[in-house]
Amino acid sequence: MTTVKTFNQRDQLFKNTIMLNAIGIVVLLAVIFGTIVYSSKDSIAAFGLGFITSKTWDPIGMTFGALPFIAGTLITSILALLISLPFSLAIALLLGEYSPKGKITGFVRSMIELMAGVPSVIFGFWGLYYLVPKIRDLEMWLMQIPFLENAGILPYGVGILAASLILAVMIIPYSSSVAREVITMVPRALKEAAYSLGSTRFEVISKIVLPYARSGIIAGVLLSFGRAIGETMAVTMLIGNANELPQNIFAPANTMASVIANEFAEAQAGVHMSSLFEIGLLLFLISVVVNLIGRVVIHSMNKQGGQS
Amino acid sequence: MSIHSIELDPRQIRRRKQFNTFFSAMIMTLAVLSVIPLFLILTHIVKEGFASLKPEFFTSLPKPVGETGGGIANALVGTFMLIGIATILALPVGIGAGLFLAEHPKSKIGELVRLSVEVLQGIPSIVIGLIVYMICVKPIGNFSALSGGIALAIMMLPFIVRTTEETLRLIPTTLKEASLALGAPYYHTILQVILPAGLNGIITGVLVSIARIAGETAPLLFTAFGNPYMNANPLKPIASLPHLIFTYAISPYDDWHALAWGAAIILLGFILMLNFGARMIASKFGMDHSA
Amino acid sequence: MKKMFTTALATIALAAATTFAQTEILGAGATFPYPLYSKMFSSYNQLTKVKVNYQSIGSGGGVQQITAKTVDFGGTDAFLSEKEETAMGAKSVHIPTCIGSVVLAYNLPGNPVIKLTPALIADMYLGKITKWNDSKIVAVNKGVKLPPINIIVVRRSDGSGTTSIFTDYLAKVSPEWKTKVGAGKSVDWPAGIGAKGNEGVAGNIKNMPGAIGYTEFAYAKRNNMPAALVQNKSGKFIAPNMKSTSLAAKALPANTKINLTNTDAPDGYPISGLTWVVIYQDQNYGGRNQAKAAEVVKLIKWMITDGQKYAAPLDYSPLPKAAQTIALKNLSTVTFGGKPLMK
Repeated sequence: MTTVKTFNQRDQLFKNTIMLNAIGIVVLLAVIFGTIVYSSKDSIAAFGLGFITSKTWDPIGMTFGALPFIAGTLITSILALLISLPFSLAIALLLGEYSPKGKITGFVRSMIELMAGVPSVIFGFWGLYYLVPKIRDLEMWLMQIPFLENAGILPYGVGILAASLILAVMIIPYSSSVAREVITMVPRALKEAAYSLGSTRFEVISKIVLPYARSGIIAGVLLSFGRAIGETMAVTMLIGNANELPQNIFAPANTMASVIANEFAEAQAGVHMSSLFEIGLLLFLISVVVNLIGRVVIHSMNKQGGQS
Repeated sequence: MSIHSIELDPRQIRRRKQFNTFFSAMIMTLAVLSVIPLFLILTHIVKEGFASLKPEFFTSLPKPVGETGGGIANALVGTFMLIGIATILALPVGIGAGLFLAEHPKSKIGELVRLSVEVLQGIPSIVIGLIVYMICVKPIGNFSALSGGIALAIMMLPFIVRTTEETLRLIPTTLKEASLALGAPYYHTILQVILPAGLNGIITGVLVSIARIAGETAPLLFTAFGNPYMNANPLKPIASLPHLIFTYAISPYDDWHALAWGAAIILLGFILMLNFGARMIASKFGMDHSA
Repeated sequence: MKKMFTTALATIALAAATTFAQTEILGAGATFPYPLYSKMFSSYNQLTKVKVNYQSIGSGGGVQQITAKTVDFGGTDAFLSEKEETAMGAKSVHIPTCIGSVVLAYNLPGNPVIKLTPALIADMYLGKITKWNDSKIVAVNKGVKLPPINIIVVRRSDGSGTTSIFTDYLAKVSPEWKTKVGAGKSVDWPAGIGAKGNEGVAGNIKNMPGAIGYTEFAYAKRNNMPAALVQNKSGKFIAPNMKSTSLAAKALPANTKINLTNTDAPDGYPISGLTWVVIYQDQNYGGRNQAKAAEVVKLIKWMITDGQKYAAPLDYSPLPKAAQTIALKNLSTVTFGGKPLMK
């Protein structure tokens, strides 16, 4: 009798323990969110909504506005998405639709997996010493074209273009894996019906697969965007750290993540530090919202796929 | 989705076929092109860093500015320590929470926890660095390996929860029912039957998550801080491979660049090894974690 | 895997055994004296086994981290403002450790020696002169072949004492700079590209043809980059070197807080400054023990006495005798719960 009781007690203890662990994660998230909101309060009180629309970032005058960083983040991330999209889609179609088992496919798959493992700081390091000199050459060449003389291009090398190119390379593994996932969810019956009517593979892809997977691919783009905006090290090393609105894609800029990495260790307690926290808060909110929307869409596709 | 353009004009068919071939070739070309940056990176790192990999590279400390030679022993030890601390902190909580989710997939708490895990996974790493500075470094009054480890643990946690949950859900319920029917208590069933059955999946997940955090730099900037000396005290600042690569990469000294390229080879090799190990375990036990 | 893990554990255990026993002092801040500090602390470690971990995160960071009490000493080359001192919450002491000069290093084809007037420097950093062959630059540098390429202005992205010295100088020589930009550890720059630390600025100049940037002399010299001659108050073009720099250091006030820029000395280099370490005057805070506090004071005393011999070989100017006396006197006011710590 007693042993059974102890078993029951232990069972209860065990159940409580794992539940506590699970709830611990919720608490952790609450602490993270609470800390970042609390630390941003000085800046929120001082600048209000103007924080998002002001472009002055002046640590001496103690006036802070995040517009240059929001702009820098959006421009680099969107540019990176545009650059990477054709490649990601091609990889996803190759792995998910063309030949999931072929030799080239296997090779591409392993290489992409390898690429996903390369740390951000190594991408940045390589970018700084391989990519940047090449971009600088390009800029010097562009500057000689009479038509572009006054376009304000300077041979910095580092800048939005460098950061976007590296970001594009970095998100290819991620976006292609999401896109592949949704492409393989397209019901086989639909595709086979189209083939049996004499469609070519291109027609099946353009008229069946892509339309069917469209929302999933858009979700994948969103998820990749969520990745790109939070990327810190490689961008910090390549973007040129200028706290102003960029004039063209060759100009140096700063993203929300890179300005935190650059200035946090030295920011004076008070409005400066609080402003960096508010940038962190904005970054947090944007990433979380983008991420959740992306996941909800993919989940719903998953369910849909399961039913048909 | 209508397929109205199918006609039997031979010229049109030929054109469609040609276009199809062209499209296939383009897909293949683009896919192969995307792999090129990886080759460039690998060859560049090996070219620049291979000369650094002498025995003293692994055993000695960095030299003062402007003196040639030196090594990265401090960062090697530091990276192992940070990973160790992060794993010790994240593993029990992650497996516990994963167990809970697998056991109560539809409960209200389960939904909330799952949402939290997804949100956690989406937090940019630099933001985690900020938070840990506020909740650990400042109250303790010291940069430390511990705070760095905590930051990395927060990054690891969502992966461990998810892989644990996914793995345990794949285990047939009959296994659990059989154990319970034999009179084994619930905790016994979980610890002695279910967890061991999912062990390989969990190990795979842990290896993959270690591979993910091993190269993280951003959360360490304001927490682990860096240290030019050997340190094994978790309450003191500590060096790490990615942090060392960052600091040395942006310095103007060629000697330091050489050390950083060497460190990049080691870090990348380590991460590839972990991923490879994870794949071996996964394929041996017929699981697919590639997605 | 298991074997590797065991090896790692063994390494950690071994390292732990050897390191726990030793004192470790943590400092952070100015990148300006970093090459010197890194040499000093490495030698100090060989002498005493005490480990000094100094992270060059910029003067702004040094002040912030000592205020947050996360380090034992902060390094800065901009002395603390009253506001910053109040923020520290308790009295602090500035100890100067050496004098350095801020040079304008550049990257031009063939690297000719160039001369710059204060107005030229200000105009470059205001974005008003954008080409190397601008007539104003040519007028000062007759006979020098200046290419028709763009000037890439490089400056710091982090809060920096080097920036503070440089902008303090510009504010003194250019009224326009003073009203438009001002002086400080980080300012709202009208032009240029930001780099992290003196290291980053030097790295950027090295990589970009047409670049010019301000950096501590040692960084330019170590990287074989030419530094411009700068016209001083007396109208002479002065090359930065140890002698012309130390000429700028006249009598220091008792608290050593003084800007050395735009010196009156006829042969003095106009852009130079002291660099300090900042510690709390009462070392009994935040649960520190007396032994640790004594080690910190001992280290700083060594830096301003025996350690000074490392300055010259690394192109910093050692403290003049008078400055050293003041520094020692200030250090002797540091206490632990009322008891003086300096021996």
